[in-house]
Amino acid sequence: MIRKDMLSIKKLETIAKDTFLIVLASNISVDDVAPGQFIHIRIGQGNAHLLRRPISIADVDQANQLLTIIFKSVGEGTTQLSKQKVGDQVDALLPCGTAYPIAGLTMHSALLIGGGIGVPPLYYLAKQLVAKGIKVTAILGFQNKEHVFYEQEFQALGDVYIATNDGSYGYQGFVTDVYQQVQPDFDCYFSCGPTAMLKSVTSTLEDKQGYISLEERMGCGVGACFACVVPSHDGGYRKICQQGPVFPAKEVALS
Amino acid sequence: MNLSVSLPGLSLKNPVMPASGCFGFGMEYSKFYDLEQLGAIIIKAATEEMRYGNATPRVAETTVGMLNAIGLQNPGVLNIIEKEVPPLAAYNTPIIANVAGSTIEEYELVAEKLGNTEQIAALELNISCPNVKEGGVQFGTDPDLAYEVTKRVKAQSSVPVYVKLSPNVTDIVTIAKAVAAAGADGLSMINTLTGMQINLQSRRPILANQVGGLSGPTIKPIAIRMIYQVREALDIPIIGMGGITCAEDVLEFLLAGANAVAVGTANFTNPFICPEIITALPDTLAKYGFNSLQDAIGKGHAHETTNLSRA
Ligand SMILES: Cc1cc2nc3c(=O)[nH]c(=O)nc-3n(C[C@H](O)[C@H](O)[C@H](O)COP(=O)(O)OP(=O)(O)OC[C@H]3O[C@@H](n4cnc5c(N)ncnc54)[C@H](O)[C@@H]3O)c2cc1C
Ligand SMILES: Cc1cc2nc3c(=O)[nH]c(=O)nc-3n(C[C@H](O)[C@H](O)[C@H](O)COP(=O)(O)O)c2cc1C
Ligand code: FES
Repeated sequence: MIRKDMLSIKKLETIAKDTFLIVLASNISVDDVAPGQFIHIRIGQGNAHLLRRPISIADVDQANQLLTIIFKSVGEGTTQLSKQKVGDQVDALLPCGTAYPIAGLTMHSALLIGGGIGVPPLYYLAKQLVAKGIKVTAILGFQNKEHVFYEQEFQALGDVYIATNDGSYGYQGFVTDVYQQVQPDFDCYFSCGPTAMLKSVTSTLEDKQGYISLEERMGCGVGACFACVVPSHDGGYRKICQQGPVFPAKEVALS
Repeated sequence: MNLSVSLPGLSLKNPVMPASGCFGFGMEYSKFYDLEQLGAIIIKAATEEMRYGNATPRVAETTVGMLNAIGLQNPGVLNIIEKEVPPLAAYNTPIIANVAGSTIEEYELVAEKLGNTEQIAALELNISCPNVKEGGVQFGTDPDLAYEVTKRVKAQSSVPVYVKLSPNVTDIVTIAKAVAAAGADGLSMINTLTGMQINLQSRRPILANQVGGLSGPTIKPIAIRMIYQVREALDIPIIGMGGITCAEDVLEFLLAGANAVAVGTANFTNPFICPEIITALPDTLAKYGFNSLQDAIGKGHAHETTNLSRA
């Protein structure tokens, strides 16, 4: 059940250019946190930042009640977060949103396609899939060599292909270019990244079963304010913070 | 301490309620706390048909505030009555429904439907939404239109009507007088102020709608000033709102002349804000020399007797 928790920072490190990893400890069980969900983080105290920042859960350590987040400093909130210290408290709502529906899916192999800060949620997903005996292939896209992170971590779980926009590391081009070259075998795909990438992924893999995770600016983060909606193909809409961020690829209309 | 307050159609255990649009249809926040703690709940605006609202991005953070351009997205009045109201009605907390529209006829129809819904205690007539192309704010900025829509909605509604005023006017008192003359049972003020934020990198407004409504602590002095001015001119119940984040803010609204208050944006920062304010209110009132909530209402006005002791 969604709750407000004061998490304490156990570890904070820079893992790539402008990219930080924070391990957060909870006082209560985090067993209910599933891959694809996010935490909604308050920045500082008082009224300086009224809107919380949504950050995906990149990993969960159930035994030690730890959550890992990986984020890029792109603005005021994420920069402030990156300057916290070990031992500092982080006020977060969690777990937010719906997870990748892996319990209900039968498959032998999965393809994970991530772009930039869309890569983190795919890591915990990959771990859960591998634990279920599913073969995982990951195609991960980054701006350039300096921004690449978690290659080895994904390699420990399956085949990994890295793409960079400028070719400074791995394949040159977009994740969909790599897909065309590698043509991996899979039953179901899972993708998270910028909307432009998701559009090209969903059209490239149009005849495949897949799930995508969307990003949008959020107000409440709990389904109450209608800030984060996306049109759905049934003529209605979905709230990304509550009914998403994960959706069946064919359910929502990307603009 | 007695925090109760009686207003037309509303007998409130305390004066604190979540503001329209910032609390959905309530159930989202029932996961955080028992909604019976609240004085009342004002639900998201209803229009005749389902509305999708504006393109995204719809929100932006500003200095001590935020902008929103949701565009009155809602599932339509009948869906709200059938699906959204019943679960909320299980709580012993009055529900105030927010009525919106593009035409006077739409306002009438929505008000008639919601007013005849047993679980709805009162209506908040939203003539002040800055985020839709037609309707909404033009009714709230022209005294004649404000009069007309209030009168017509009052005629359709079987429950009391609180008219929600727009701060985007030169003279708030003229509008307040117009809706009071049209039979409004109370006022609700203020809605958001129009604003804009431009992204330096893209050189474009952040909101897809370009313009949005400014809310949060940054607008509180404007809300206080407007409530104060209206209270000087009229003796009509006022639900005050605009930037409330703590019990001291509530007291300031009461002093200005509000009879009850609503909390909007602060729910996003802290989902527990309403119960936290309610818990803190007795001590805050006592600290400033009040024996009850009722005691504090309007005491910021010179002609009101003050309780200041020099002991
Ligand atoms: C479900 C979800 C999961 C996310 N997971 C991650 C993650 O794991 N790692 C990561 O680095 N980033 C992630 N993001 C993006 C992250 O939320 C933004 O980068 C962050 O909010 C920027 O905040 P800021 O204060 O640094 O930027 P500012 O530009 O100063 O922020 C101003 C406002 O805009 C909002 N905003 C700005 N950019 C975005 C954006 N891209 N998405 C949503 N809101 C935005 C902020 O939340 C804030 O309210 C995720 C976004 C969503 C919606
Ligand atoms: C995201 C958002 C949505 C809103 N939607 C509505 C609405 O549907 N109807 C309405 O009358 N006011 C709406 N408002 C205005 C609030 O009810 C309130 O009047 C205003 O935000 C000032 O209070 P605050 O500073 O506490 O948020 C909305 C405000 C926000 C921030
Ligand atoms: S952010 Fe409020 S509904 Fe999604």
